[in-house]
Amino acid sequence: MTKSYLSIRDLNASIHRGPPLLRGVSLDVAQGEVRCLVGESGAGKSMIGKAVLGILPRAVVVTGGEIWLDGENLLAMPPAKRRKTIGAKAAMIPQDPLTALNPSHRVGPQITDRLVDILGWTRADADARAVELLGEVHIPEAERVLKMYPHELSGGMRQRILIASAFAAEPKLIIADEPTTALDVTVQKQILRLIAEMQRRHGTALLFVTHDLGVVSKVGNHLTVLFAGKVVEDASMREFFASPVHPYSRSLLAATPKYTDPTGSLNPVPQAVIDETMAEVAAYDREHGHG
Amino acid sequence: MAEPIYKVRDLKVSVPDMARKPLIGAAPRLEILKGLSFEIARGSVMGIVGGSGSGKSTLGRTLIRLTQPSEGRILFDGTDITDLGENRLRPLRRKFQMIFQDPMSSLNPRRRIGGIIAGPLKLQGYDGIDNRVRESLDLVGLPRAFAGRYPHELSGGQRQRVGIARAIALRPEFILADEIVSGLDVSSQAQVLNLLEELVRELGLTLAFISHDLSVVRRLCGRIIVLRQGEIVENAETGTLFDNPQADYTKELLAAIPLPDPDQVWV
Amino acid sequence: MLDGRSQVKRRIGARLWLSGGWLALLVLLAIFAPFLAPKDPLAQDLFTSRLPPFWEKGAEAGYWLGSDSLGRDVLSRIIYGSRVALSVALVAGLLTCLIGSALGLIAGYFRGWADLLISRLIDIWMAFPPVLFSILLIAVLGTGLESIIIAIVVIDWTRFARVVRAEAMTQGAMDYVDSARVAGSTRLRTMLTEILPNVLPTIGALLTLEMGIAVIVEAILSFVNLSLSTDYPTWGGMIAEGRISVHQAWWVLVFPLVALFLTVLSFSQLGEGLKDRFDPVLR
Repeated sequence: MTKSYLSIRDLNASIHRGPPLLRGVSLDVAQGEVRCLVGESGAGKSMIGKAVLGILPRAVVVTGGEIWLDGENLLAMPPAKRRKTIGAKAAMIPQDPLTALNPSHRVGPQITDRLVDILGWTRADADARAVELLGEVHIPEAERVLKMYPHELSGGMRQRILIASAFAAEPKLIIADEPTTALDVTVQKQILRLIAEMQRRHGTALLFVTHDLGVVSKVGNHLTVLFAGKVVEDASMREFFASPVHPYSRSLLAATPKYTDPTGSLNPVPQAVIDETMAEVAAYDREHGHG
Repeated sequence: MAEPIYKVRDLKVSVPDMARKPLIGAAPRLEILKGLSFEIARGSVMGIVGGSGSGKSTLGRTLIRLTQPSEGRILFDGTDITDLGENRLRPLRRKFQMIFQDPMSSLNPRRRIGGIIAGPLKLQGYDGIDNRVRESLDLVGLPRAFAGRYPHELSGGQRQRVGIARAIALRPEFILADEIVSGLDVSSQAQVLNLLEELVRELGLTLAFISHDLSVVRRLCGRIIVLRQGEIVENAETGTLFDNPQADYTKELLAAIPLPDPDQVWV
Repeated sequence: MLDGRSQVKRRIGARLWLSGGWLALLVLLAIFAPFLAPKDPLAQDLFTSRLPPFWEKGAEAGYWLGSDSLGRDVLSRIIYGSRVALSVALVAGLLTCLIGSALGLIAGYFRGWADLLISRLIDIWMAFPPVLFSILLIAVLGTGLESIIIAIVVIDWTRFARVVRAEAMTQGAMDYVDSARVAGSTRLRTMLTEILPNVLPTIGALLTLEMGIAVIVEAILSFVNLSLSTDYPTWGGMIAEGRISVHQAWWVLVFPLVALFLTVLSFSQLGEGLKDRFDPVLR
């Protein structure tokens, strides 16, 4: 059994003086493996990624649990050490290529600055690496593109730059937060293929957040289903698509568009299933003193 | 056979390319739609599919005359609406309405839901507005109490349903739905699509459904037009298009869809 | 799943209470000055000159905040001075707001040649240095309250026009504007029902800011003796006089300065406070 690179144990978080957002979340990502984190909007899947990377919004606080990265508990570290560790070992591929790149800086420095300022590379090494990476993500004329501004590039190209940027410092863990949601279906396919290729080549552990089960079936080895901040299912890819266990997961699968089965798909999650699952959540809250 | 509700002949839309405007003189034109011809049958649901830059949004907006065609003819229910000015269009507007993509920017954040749905009714001079607003909310499955709320108090799926309520308030004959499920979760997406199906049946609507995703149009649409860079590359009945796609681009679009099935070999 | 922010309760915060409270107090003082001011603000009496405020040694009953070098009661002068400050703030503020916002809205929503004209006008206008411009205007119009108000409006309308134009342009791109068009709304009506409500919070914030600015401009002008031609008390004038005798009678300078500071601060915080409490859209 491969060792877990990322191990989240019983993570709890809530809005400051407000409702809980994450309820006892536990999941593992092994070295070189892809785990998909699935759920609808508001389920808390983005929050988990942000908690690992230490970029939770100010109104959200972690109220319990552990986040083990390469054998160290991030939540038990002093803030400065945590930032350094995360900076060296993890990276993110964000959702919106439009807002993730600073429109007033050229694209090149946005990749290399991190290497030079935070990780202490020389400018020459960093620039060479940037050119290399653009080649890996199949962007032609790398040197010319690096001098361009984000608005001069298409959405697909920007996302490639962000992917290149994520892999720049050879992180061992990458968190991809809905990286293809904002893209066209044909561009999405290229980007997913690219992410899979990069992940295999660099042996990175990948936590892939998405709401689309179609996408999940193309990139993941394992998946975790989240509802209202609580894990309702944890399975391997094959197991899940052959036969999902939890009623909510089954409903999610039945809601996903599948053009080869028009009547068996695009069925909204029945209210009864939502009520049932909410009851589970409420039970958890009572047990843990929130109810 | 009944007259088609829309007849489009050689439709061209171009806009001035401000990026290449010389110092003196007009800017060169950028062609967005390059000569489209098709018909939409009354009571049908037509899918308009294409990637970004295909011109699908422009086509939709031109059909309901938010944009002016540069060349060609558009006939709505037999009337030529290609060149009509705002004054002559206004009374016709009641017959064709639109639902917008982004539920955040399509509802005025400083108006209450009731006011938003009542807007078109007031403009077209209806009475019994309160009743109609309540009816519309009922039809889209939202509680009547929502009329007093503001948009930010609703979820994305609920906001989208308000957009639908606003569009059907006037009981139009034709509705354009421009990428209305693209930003939604699978469950909300399924709900909205099912709702549309029901409304088309109940109210006898004709619907044009714009999407970049072929998989959502399968169940809803009877006929599909595939656009690429301002041209129609395929126009076929849904079943035929999926079983036997003709154009290369259509095949590319189909192959790009990630089916929730690990056996579909892809990456 | 709902946006959690919509569940935050809207309270009237300390900000709104304090700023609103001070301004309400000022309004009362201004309206009821003849009944509230302990002494005649213009009455000079060399026997009571330079009396310190009531908590200091040597103070005299009735002169709560002391008196200036001509024996006039500081508190009464501050109370009467609020009339000038508030009338300038209100009238100049509102006029500037109305003219600037109207032009900005038209330019930003209708675009086309209206925008071309108005934008050029704003650019040219803003090229004049404001301080010199205002002094020039006063020289031409003569001193007096009306001149000050006219000067402020003439110079500052561009502040509103620019910002409101930008906001109107952003709003114009929103889908709900298109939705109104699709429903058959005329352009004018759309501007009033869809664009204006969404630009109002910005206009409101600018208005309260402008009121604060108007108070300061008046104070500066009366500091350099370009304000009222009579010796009707103004805070700026009191500050000018107080500066001369600051070592012997600090209170003549300090109290009007504090009043000025609190008033301008209250205006700016009022805008923010009202937005927090009443604007349906939370940020």
